[in-house]
Amino acid sequence: MAQTAARPGTARPEPFHPVLVGRPREGPITDQLLRHLWTRSRAWLVLLALSGGGVLLLLFAVSYTVAVGIGVWGNSIPVAWAFAITNFVWWIGIGHAGTFISAFLLLLQQSWRTSINRVAEAMTLFAVLNAALFPLIHLGRPWFFYWLAPYPATMGVWPNFKSALPWDAAAVGTYFTVSLLFWYTGLIPDLAAARDRVPGRLRRRLYGVFALGWQGSGRDWHHYRVAYGLLAGLATPLVVSVHNIVSLDFAITQLPGWHSTIFPPYFVVGAIYSGFAMVVTLLVPIRSLFGLQHVITARHLDNVAKLLLATGLIVAYSYLTEVFVAWYSGNPFEMYTFLVNFPRGPYAPMYWLMIVCNVLVPQLFWAGSLRTNAAVLFVASLLINVGMWTERFMIIVGSLSRDFLPSAWAVYRPTWVDLSILSGTLALFVFLFVLFLRFVPFVPISELKELTHELERKER
Amino acid sequence: MHTGLLGEFASPEAMLQAVRRLRGLGYERLDTFSPHPVPGASRALGLPRSRLPRAVLVWGLVGAASGYLIQWWPNAVDYPLNVGGRPAHAVPAFVPITFELGILFAAFAALVTLLLRAGLPALWRPVFEAEGFERASIDRYFVGIDDADPRFDHERSARDLLEAGAARVVRTG
Repeated sequence: MAQTAARPGTARPEPFHPVLVGRPREGPITDQLLRHLWTRSRAWLVLLALSGGGVLLLLFAVSYTVAVGIGVWGNSIPVAWAFAITNFVWWIGIGHAGTFISAFLLLLQQSWRTSINRVAEAMTLFAVLNAALFPLIHLGRPWFFYWLAPYPATMGVWPNFKSALPWDAAAVGTYFTVSLLFWYTGLIPDLAAARDRVPGRLRRRLYGVFALGWQGSGRDWHHYRVAYGLLAGLATPLVVSVHNIVSLDFAITQLPGWHSTIFPPYFVVGAIYSGFAMVVTLLVPIRSLFGLQHVITARHLDNVAKLLLATGLIVAYSYLTEVFVAWYSGNPFEMYTFLVNFPRGPYAPMYWLMIVCNVLVPQLFWAGSLRTNAAVLFVASLLINVGMWTERFMIIVGSLSRDFLPSAWAVYRPTWVDLSILSGTLALFVFLFVLFLRFVPFVPISELKELTHELERKER
Repeated sequence: MHTGLLGEFASPEAMLQAVRRLRGLGYERLDTFSPHPVPGASRALGLPRSRLPRAVLVWGLVGAASGYLIQWWPNAVDYPLNVGGRPAHAVPAFVPITFELGILFAAFAALVTLLLRAGLPALWRPVFEAEGFERASIDRYFVGIDDADPRFDHERSARDLLEAGAARVVRTG
């Protein structure tokens, strides 16, 4: 393990793992981080084709749903929400870690955020895009989605803003838009670098258009830094509010298993937890494929693993609290849901899978050597992704399938359309990511240069 | 900066030193060009505190207010819906959308104000004509003197830039 002792003359000891290995020179590092914009590889084409196939499946399954109606899904009373809302909550939760890394950590001046924030933000955008698809197709008649907007309709009525549905639309719409603005603002200097560096007139013009004519003037940077910081400050409460509002879809109803005040914080922490798992799932392959071990270092893996452990513990605590409150409430329906239905009901295997993946797996990260082991982290992150999906499945399907009257109970089973849409969105996520890795500078070059100078100044 | 002279430097420290020296000589319309924000550049250039946060605050409040009004008027005034006997003007239920619209407007205000202040989008800038300026986004640091500066004189300013440590001086525009 690469340990560096405190060097004489420096005020603070060097961190255990450096946040940047070596001090790259600006020209070569720019070339390394931009080269993927003009080199094409066979592996890239293969990945694009494979995920593109999955996107076609998604298109087919969604068209089929829209043409025939949502009766082709397994949803029925009492389980009216099922896969669509499970996937919605799962995808939007994944987005949260991207904003956490780019906004929270910027405000906290965590320098290790620099090399991974753009990948994390892109993850947010693509995850939220996938999430937004689900409520839309769940409408059944998605072409009437604009009924959610308050416009003077000839029908003479307005949307009911006391319902959670317009809250969701406002939260998810704002979240996507603000994430996009934040991402683009961060991209502008790197697009300018791409404009000035890529070979070929067409590419230069294209990046030139997206760079908007950024010239890197000191007067522009002066406002840029303020604007970027403010966007971070705005995104921070926003990200908390989004999953709060999503949780209210559940918490404001009377259903046992949903009607709980713990839902808003519990959802937010679960969201950040699943998002960090997805960050690891993406970073580990990117780092070895593009040879970025000196930029995305063991420090990054270590820190993300620690965050997984911390958020995983809060999630575990939330599970305990839920069970305790159900028992302490004395409410027979709540007690039945948490003490009988979840651990011993029809979905018990899912429940125990959730406990193993979300509570036991992150305990690995108490060990420092496992935190920096890319293979272990990768497998653990996949398991946590699965665990967080089953958590949402349990909340939604587990609670709905057995509510108050046993005569109204029913077991939900997904159809092939449900499964195709879920795997299709996974493919769409990969597809968008593969395009992103090819056409966008995915490590913030400008910020990395700033960080290099900052570290050099400290060393002097 | 529109047209004038550009001096090229290899490091941000050298660039800052040159700016301080030129300001000491009495130049007022200076600018720097760098691939990343250089700490201390704003102070060296003598820039006043950015007023961008005010625009963001004002637009954030406008967004929040419109978010509230657009729920209150339709639901409480124009067409009150009786849902389980709950009040038509339900303040807590209006909070989420009010908050979201406040953030949305504020975020747009931050980016739009930035673009307006930086004069973007403008795909062509006079400085782009300067030879070697494409490295300003990669690994070179430039100090520019605008020819509208009262102290600007082509010969003398070029000499001042070289004496301040510029590796070379180019004309732009």
